[in-house]
Amino acid sequence: MKKVKIYVTLKESILDPQGSAVQGSLQKIGYNEVSDVRIGKYLEVTISDTDRDVDTIVKEMCEKVLTNTVIEKYRYEIEEA
Amino acid sequence: MKFAVLVFPGSNCDIDMYHAIKDELGEEVEYVWHTATSLEGFDGVLVPGGFSYGDYLRCGAMANQSNIMTALKEFAGQGKPVLGVCNGFQILTEAGLLPGALIRNKNLKFMCRTVQLKVENNNSLFTNQYEAGEVINIPIAHGEGNYYCDEETLTELKANNQIAFTYEGENPNGSLADIAGIINKEGNVLGMMPHPERAANEIVGGADGLKLFKSIVKQWREQHVNN
Repeated sequence: MKKVKIYVTLKESILDPQGSAVQGSLQKIGYNEVSDVRIGKYLEVTISDTDRDVDTIVKEMCEKVLTNTVIEKYRYEIEEA
Repeated sequence: MKFAVLVFPGSNCDIDMYHAIKDELGEEVEYVWHTATSLEGFDGVLVPGGFSYGDYLRCGAMANQSNIMTALKEFAGQGKPVLGVCNGFQILTEAGLLPGALIRNKNLKFMCRTVQLKVENNNSLFTNQYEAGEVINIPIAHGEGNYYCDEETLTELKANNQIAFTYEGENPNGSLADIAGIINKEGNVLGMMPHPERAANEIVGGADGLKLFKSIVKQWREQHVNN
């Protein structure tokens, strides 16, 4: 079994108003050092033992469903579960 | 002309769409559940607004995995009219039937009110009953209607006259180039955030949306009815 940790973030070219609002809040309570906040998604996917190549499966799932590559990018880590 | 209104779990503008067609336009219409695998017998497909699959993951992402989507892509590929409104627009971009994507409104607010739209292209099968540059009043109701595409796509949209509607006056969601609705390159798929089906009778505050549906019927009659 494998545990896959997938991180989905907005591309740099896409504005993240939610992140900007959080940045503003952090600064308001005294964290003036915070120069940027970007909000993304984190997914944990458990994959049962399979003959198929896990890396290929994860990549396919990310491209087909888990992310919209028009606006998002992703990276992942595959660990033994 | 016979329309299909697709229904996903979480669609909530399907009934408005159905009544706009049946009672205001006076054409045939049927609901088609997302598990269906065929759109045979239909002349046009309407993908309604709402929150299909609770907008889980991304708006329209789950709906795009439904059975009916294979049939919808085939239907659109045959050049038949497909209209996606609001969540329907989001589903059509997720499906790759329209370029770009819809992201969170710039002000992070759910915007629900009537806005003014400018008809940018009145030569399409969806807009032939409008005057060029006509300003119409259509309600919006969305939290993620901020249209985005890369620069290359925007240049292409402009060059091919694919921008059907833009927001006039005030841009409610921060969308690129004030885009409210776009048509595919072939001209038979329209996606828009504003709700024409909610503006189909003066009794509900306006009927500017009805001309959109009348445009579809006019084009279809010209193609299919022998004089």
